[in-house]
Parts: sequence; structure tokens; C-alpha cells
Amino acid sequence: MLLAGCKGSQSMLDPAGPSASAIAAVWWWMFAVALMVLAGVVLAWFLAMRPRAPLDERSARRVERRWLVGGGLVLPTVSVTALLVFGSPAGFHQLPLPGGAAAPLRIEAIGHQWWWEIRYPDGVVLRDELRLPAGRPVDIQTKSSDVIHSFWVPALGGKLDAVPGRTLTVRLQGDRIGSYRGQCAEFCGTGHAHMTMMAHVVPAEAFDAWLRAQSGTAAEEGKVP
Amino acid sequence: MSTSTGNAATLSQEREAQALHERLERIWRNPRGWGALAAVNHSTIALRFLVTGGVFFLIAGVLAMLLRAQLALPNHAFMGAEAYNQAFTMHGTMMMFLFAVPILQGLAAYLLPKMLGARDLVFPRLSAFGYWCYLFGGLIFTSSLLFGLAPNAGWFMYTPLSSNVYSPGINADFWLLGITFVEISTMAAAIEIAVSILRTRAPGMALHQMPVFAWAMLVTSMMIVLGFPPLILGSMLLELERAAGWVFFDPTRGGDPLLWAHLFWLFGHPEVYIVFLPAAGVVSTIVPVFARRSLVGYRWVVVSLISIGFISFGLWVHHMFTLGIPALAQAFFSAASMLVGIPTGVQLFAWIATLWTGRPVWRAPMLWIGAFLSVFVAGGLTGVMLALVPFNWQVHDTHFVVAHFHYVLVGGMLFPLLAGIYYWLPHFSGRMPSERLSKIGFWLTFVGFNGTFLVMHWTGLLGMPRRVYTYDTGLGWDLPNLVSSVFSFLMAFGIATVLLDIALHFRFGRKAPTNPWEADTLEWATRLPPASHNFASQPAIATRHPLWDDAALPQSIAQGHHALAEPGHERRETLGTDPVSAHAREVILLPSNSWLPLVAGLLLSALCLMLLTKLYLPALAMGGIAAVVLLRWSWVNGAHPSVVGSGDDARHARPAGLKLHPFTFDGPGLWGMGLTMMADGALYGSLVFGWFFLWTVAPQWQPPAVSPLGVWALPTTVLMLGLGRWLFRRVQLRLRAGLDRQLAPLLWSAALCGLLASALLAGLIATAPLAPTRSAHDAMIAFALCFLLFHAGLATVLAALQATRVQRGHVGAHAPYEPGVVAVFWSFTLGATGVGWVAFAFVPLAFAR
Repeated sequence: MLLAGCKGSQSMLDPAGPSASAIAAVWWWMFAVALMVLAGVVLAWFLAMRPRAPLDERSARRVERRWLVGGGLVLPTVSVTALLVFGSPAGFHQLPLPGGAAAPLRIEAIGHQWWWEIRYPDGVVLRDELRLPAGRPVDIQTKSSDVIHSFWVPALGGKLDAVPGRTLTVRLQGDRIGSYRGQCAEFCGTGHAHMTMMAHVVPAEAFDAWLRAQSGTAAEEGKVP
Repeated sequence: MSTSTGNAATLSQEREAQALHERLERIWRNPRGWGALAAVNHSTIALRFLVTGGVFFLIAGVLAMLLRAQLALPNHAFMGAEAYNQAFTMHGTMMMFLFAVPILQGLAAYLLPKMLGARDLVFPRLSAFGYWCYLFGGLIFTSSLLFGLAPNAGWFMYTPLSSNVYSPGINADFWLLGITFVEISTMAAAIEIAVSILRTRAPGMALHQMPVFAWAMLVTSMMIVLGFPPLILGSMLLELERAAGWVFFDPTRGGDPLLWAHLFWLFGHPEVYIVFLPAAGVVSTIVPVFARRSLVGYRWVVVSLISIGFISFGLWVHHMFTLGIPALAQAFFSAASMLVGIPTGVQLFAWIATLWTGRPVWRAPMLWIGAFLSVFVAGGLTGVMLALVPFNWQVHDTHFVVAHFHYVLVGGMLFPLLAGIYYWLPHFSGRMPSERLSKIGFWLTFVGFNGTFLVMHWTGLLGMPRRVYTYDTGLGWDLPNLVSSVFSFLMAFGIATVLLDIALHFRFGRKAPTNPWEADTLEWATRLPPASHNFASQPAIATRHPLWDDAALPQSIAQGHHALAEPGHERRETLGTDPVSAHAREVILLPSNSWLPLVAGLLLSALCLMLLTKLYLPALAMGGIAAVVLLRWSWVNGAHPSVVGSGDDARHARPAGLKLHPFTFDGPGLWGMGLTMMADGALYGSLVFGWFFLWTVAPQWQPPAVSPLGVWALPTTVLMLGLGRWLFRRVQLRLRAGLDRQLAPLLWSAALCGLLASALLAGLIATAPLAPTRSAHDAMIAFALCFLLFHAGLATVLAALQATRVQRGHVGAHAPYEPGVVAVFWSFTLGATGVGWVAFAFVPLAFAR
């Protein structure tokens, strides 16, 4: 019942791709550790407020040092180091690093007030809709025609802003067939709340066939120069 | 009378103390009736800040209720998008700028002179002026709601959304002009608090003996001095872009929206620590009192406060992880953002250790401290999560972040503030708070707050972005939003109960005994409520816990056994001490009640309104009038008879060979000028940063083949200013040697140098081939030149004023103080012009084709 609440096509805890999966896993670890730390601190507070026999100078100093060094220095340093070391790699999936198997498909996501223009190679253009081949990484290049928007499909991975004057790239991959909701995540004016999109992850062959068919149509309609 | 608690004071001693009190009150009291508007006393001004901050808090809170009402149901039609966008922008902006910082500054303004053993803050008229700027600026800003023209681009006003292309109305201008007006108050208070802490502590209160709250406010004030100017600069640039078309953030003409983001967050991150550190100082003050032992790890805590101050300036990019920052930079800022958890943790465990090794008691303030602990730590933990870049990429701009920052702001600022208010209520009113009603208010607020914001983490993880006026059903967001909304009303009841409790206690609270909480710090040595002059005599301090070491201190102070007890004249004075060791150095003269702050505040309000309504020529005239009033204010200063008084008495030494500060070489104004120049430097530094930033990464940056600045104009200006500065040095050497002649000619010559420098800059602006509306390159240079011209012009005027004051006898070998203060301004102007030459003319040569 609790986990059913995690589902939902815009939930980042219902991942459909490697990046979102890695990040969701890091979240659950962080949540567990944070809960323990919070419980520990609150418990320490309650225990500290309880009346006890006064300590002599020596013992008091020892207790003080233990709290300051153990709690103030050691605990944060160890936790933070562990988090950085084990948590940061979750982000590598999204970095559009060169090299690797084949050059990923490049899709442009151009933000407008208040819709997404998704451009495929060979002149194929979709509106508020994204189609991805399952199991293959895709480089999404974000651009903006007006103000700053943010391209975000939580089931696939983290977001990347669409900044006017710039082209930024995020590498996303969908592994699970299905349709996932995305939404603009940078406040962009009155229509911001309605700037949503759907990302359809389809089998790779079906995607290739679709793209060929679409670009054929696009060529006929004179969209390809 | 609350000064005597029994055994030590005899009837005649009481009568003497009362007579002394009345003599001092005659000098220090506020005027009655309408004249109260001319009051400059810190307690009065501070209470005004506290009440006004509370009112803005309530207005912003009502806006939050509207937001929650709208979000309670999916596709709710309670508010449309435009109204909602105005509501959330105003809620955030008001809470940050009109509530959080001013109310903490008000608390500090009230407490610090008392904690430090001083009679007032060092710039009383500036305090009053700051209040008026805050009130008028806040009213102008808030009035936008009444016209339906409130800012609607979010509290961080990202461009291009906030530019005049996408926000064509006057809404964004309300933000840029109104908030910058209020920031005058913030900057003034910060500079005044810092100088007061450094120069008016009780003799013997060396830095390592200072209360932790004073350390917290010192660090906070320095952070404000350096952290607000980037936003002030950004606001000026954006307003210029909107009003005059100068290019700074438009990527099609050489600007960059990312420049705004950097300037905003360079301010924005230190801002949240500016809001937290004073609260941490309050906690460090209250916990030892209710643990009935001194704070554990005083030095650890002080080092932590200072560390947070420094580190917080190196974190700002963690608000920008999704804006395409290079990966290596993101990694650095990620690590730094987590590192700041260490000094925070040190303070946390110092408090726990203090309670553990003490004999704690539960009282009303401690409930709020407990709430602070749990809520703030939870918020800090989600903050560490947010610092991890990949997780940030998912939850940035979702309700997870909204939950996080409400946990750290409400937990880390509001709860300690309420703890402090309950703790110092007997000080404000002379009455004790209730125990019962305060508990009810506490629990309603605590449960209401957690109910609203705990589930909001979940809402964000389920994918709900922030700043959306509505949402579709079927995404799992319906129930969490409804829960948040219902509990928000509970929290509102809680806040209302707390306010009712505070209001009622003024009528029904039982009278407070002296030092009702048996605290250790000096503010409890005054009467409750305090006299305008705080202390009838100023004691010397030997340890960190003056009232624990000497419980009879309040009586000995009242009976005039300490310094500056005998006001045989009409002047307001307080001891001036060394910044590190706190040895008494001089007696600082403080101005009395004055209408100048109110008049200046009203003139600046008129200026703000004229700029807002685009009446630029009248605004220019109004600016001129305001400048005249401000210069007049600077005239009735220092050794001017209206401050010093007349007759021989004015020039005689005070206790133990101390002089009045205008008759020495040092005084609060020198320090105030120094800090103001640091702020000025932060502003100018942000400009130079912006210049190099645009040069390196702006998408369409196009520098011309030949620099429009020519070759000789700037170097000659630097030479002129250097000459003027050298002339000031000659003046100071003469004054140090006790020589009185030739001061005026030297100063007039310096003014002439300034005039020539100004003429050169003005000529450069008029004749250089600059097109600020066509390229960011030209706009940045034009802005820099205007900045330098303003400073050269002001330097000229100040030098001329000094020359005149020498001729009138207000400045000379007997009163050598002021030229040193003006010399600091000249040094800054010279340095800025030199840096400008290097950055805007010289370095670009290296990149020339």
C-alpha cells in the first residue's frame, strides 16, 4: 500500500531508466541514514534534558569533548564523505560523455511559453511528446526560444534547464516500455503549470520504424532542406 | 522600582539612584507626541522593527494560507494563475526581506547595547533612518498587492522572465525598486551593529569574553556587508535593462541570463545563513541559562560561526546545478555545501553537551528550543541530501525543496525567534509570559507546521514541481496536498494563539523580578523595562558571565558606581573601547533626537515612487534634494556645536583622561566608512566579476576592435585621484603633528583634483562611442564609468565640505577626526578607478585581435 503510493507516472521513485533508478536507490539510503541521525539527535536531546547527578570537572570535560568531537566533527565528516563517494556516481548516467558504443540519437527539446517542441533528426517534430527507443541512450539537447524552462521526465532521470542562448545536453535512457509524464520545472510564467509532456518508451525496432516513417512524411511535406 | 531587590540598598542609596536615573532620562528620553517620530534611541527603534516585522510576517502568512487553499484540491478554481503567481512571489519576498532579516536586526539592535554594557548603538540617527526606509520601502512594496500589480516572477526573479519583454508591467519594478530601498535599511543596520560590537563593548569585554550572540551578529553583519551588494548590483542592472534598454541579461545582444542567476545566488546563499546565524546566537544564549551552566565549547562555537560565515560564500552554485554548470564545478560546490554541515553540527552538539552536563529546567522558551532542534536538524539533513548533485537534479524545483527550506527557515529561524521573544518578553514589558497558553500555542504551531511540511517532501518525490498554481488529479498528489493544506490552517491557529499570548501578557502577566531567568549576560542588569539610557553607569567586565559573578551588579550600576555616571552636561555619551581587548579608548558622542532621518526617508520614498512611475526628470530633481539633506546631515556631526555642546566643557577630558571622539583620530564614523567601502567594494567587485563572466561565456559577446575607452582618459583620472589622495595624506600628517595651518588650502586642492577627475570621467561618458542598448559590452563599460563618476563627484564634494569645516573651525588640530574618514572614501575611489582601468581597458587589450 505504501509502495503503491510510489507509483505514478511522474514519480521519481518509480524509475523507468538507469539514471532514475540509481538516484532513487541513493534516495532510499540517504533517507534511512537521515532518519537514524535525526532519531539519535532527538533522543540525545531528551536524555540531555533529564535531571541527573552533577558531574565533576574531569568527567564533565570528557563528556563535552566526546560530544563536540564525536558528534560535531566525526559524525558529519564520515557521513558526508560516504555520501559523496557512494552517491555521486549515480549522476554519471546523465552526463553526455563522449566515447562509448555508438553515438547516441540526438533530440532537441526546445522550450516555448508554454509548450515543448521536440525535434528529431530529418525534420520530425513533435509537440509536448517524446518518443524514445527502449534500452538506448538518447542525448536531449535543451534550448529555449524565450525564458528559462526546465526539461524533466522524473521516471527517466534528473532535469536539465533550457536556457535561452545556450544548448545544454542531458543523456537519458528508458528501459521499461511505457508512457511517463514530464513537466517543465522552472517557473516560466502564467502557463507554467500546464507545460507538461508525455515520454513514450517504445521497443527499439518499433522506434526505428516509426522514425523512418515520420522522416519520410517530413521529407514529403518539405520539412527537410 | 525594579532596581532594588532588598538587602544591599538603603533608602538614601535608592533615592540617589532614582535622582541619577532622572538626570540621565532628561538627556536620553524620547520626545512626546508627534515628536516621537524624531526619536533615535535604539530600544525604541528596535521595538518598531520588531512590531513592523511581525506585521509583514502576518501579511505574508495570509498569502501562504491563500496558496494552501488553492492547492488543497486538484484543478481548484480558488485562484487563477496570475493571482497565485503574485501570491507566492510576495510570500517569499516578504518573508525573506521584510520579515526575517529586519526582525532579527531589530532584536539585535535592542539587545546588543545592553549585552555589551553600552548606552546606545553608535549611529542613532542612522538607526532611525534605517527604520523609515524599511517601513516606507515595505509599504510601497506591499501596496503592489492592493493594485493587483504585485511582482509575479518568483522571489528570485530569474531573467529573461523578469525582463520587460516577458514581464512588461510595473510588477517587477515594484520588486527591484522597493526591495532595493528596503536594503538600505538592512545595510545600514548591519554596518551599525558591526561597528557597535567592535567599538562600544564594556571595558574588559575582550573578544573572547563577548557573548556568543554578539559574535553571531558580528559575523552576520559582515556577511550582510559583503553578501547583499551583489543583489543590489543585479537589481540596478535589471532595472536599467527594463527601464532604459541597457543590455546585461539578454543573450541575443551579448548578455546572459546566467549572470543574473550568479549575482542573485551570490547573495542568496549567504542570505539563508544571515537568517540562521542570529537564531543560532539566540540558542547559544538561552540554552546555558536553562542548563544553569556556561556554554560548552565557547571557542568551538565561535570558530564555527566564523567558519559558516566564510564557507557560506562558496556555496551559491548549489542553487544552479540544473543550469548547465560544468561537472567539475558542480562537484566542488557539492562537497563545499556538505562541508558546511560540520560547523553547524559542532554548535548542535555543544548545545546538547551543555544540557547534558548542566541542570536543565523546562520553561516556555525551552519548548521552542526543542522544536528548533528537531525541525532544523531534519531540514539540515535534507539539505545535505540536496547537496548531492544527482539527487538535486531530480528534486530541484519540486516541493521537496519547498519542504526543505521551510524546515530550515521555520525550524532554524522562526522557532529560535519565538524562543527569544518568550525569553526576553520580561525585558520588553517587565512582565512574565504565561506557562499554559504558551504551551497551547506551541503545540498547535509545532504540530501544524510538521503536518504541513513533512508530507510535502513526499509530494516532491512524487514529481510535483514548485510554483504551480494547480495540478491534475491521478498523479498521487491529491491527498498529500490536502493534508498539507489542512495542517497549514492548524499552524495558522497556532501562530494566532502565540500572538494572543504575547498580547495578553502585557495586561495579565505577573510583574517580573530582577533577572527573572537568573541569566548571566548584562542585558538583565538594566531595569525591566529598560530606561532609555540602559545603564546609569557603565561597568567594566572581567568574565563571560557578569551577572553570575556579581549578582549585585544591577544595583551598583544604578547607584552610579561605574563609568560615565555623572551627566554634568546635555550630551549623550557611551564608552568607546578597543576592538580586540576592549580597553577604554575614548568617549563616543552620540547625537540626540532629530527629524533628519524621517525627512531623508520621506525624500527617498518620493524618489522611489517617481522611479517606479517612470517620472525620471522629477526623480533626478528629488535625488538632488535628497543629496542636499543627506549632506546637511553629515554637516551636523563630529565636532559641530549641536553635537558637542558649547563652552569649555566640550573640550575637556572625560573619565580617566578619555577624550570625546571628535577630538581624537578614531571614532565610529571611521569604522562605519570602512565597512561601507567594503560593501561598495563587494558591489564593484560583482560588477568586475560580471564583466569577466560575460566576456568569457556570454553567448553573443562581441567586443569591438578598438576599446571605446581610449588610451589616456582613465590613467589621467587615476593620476588626479592619486594626487588628491596624497593631499589628504599631507593633511593627516599635519594633524598628527598638531599643526593647524594650510589645512584648508590642501583640502581645496584635493577638491580641485576631484573636480578634474570627475570632468574627465564625464567627458569620457559623453564622448566615448558607447551603445549600451545595443551590446552588453558597452552597457557594462557605461555602468562602470557612471559608478566611477558618482564616486569621483562625491569625493570632490566631501573634500570641499572638509575644507569648509576647517574654515568654520569644526575641524582642525583640536578636532582632527574627520579628514581621516573622508580619506578612506578617497582611497576607495582611487582604487576602484585603478581597478576599472585595468579590468575594462587594460586586460581586454590582451584579448584584442
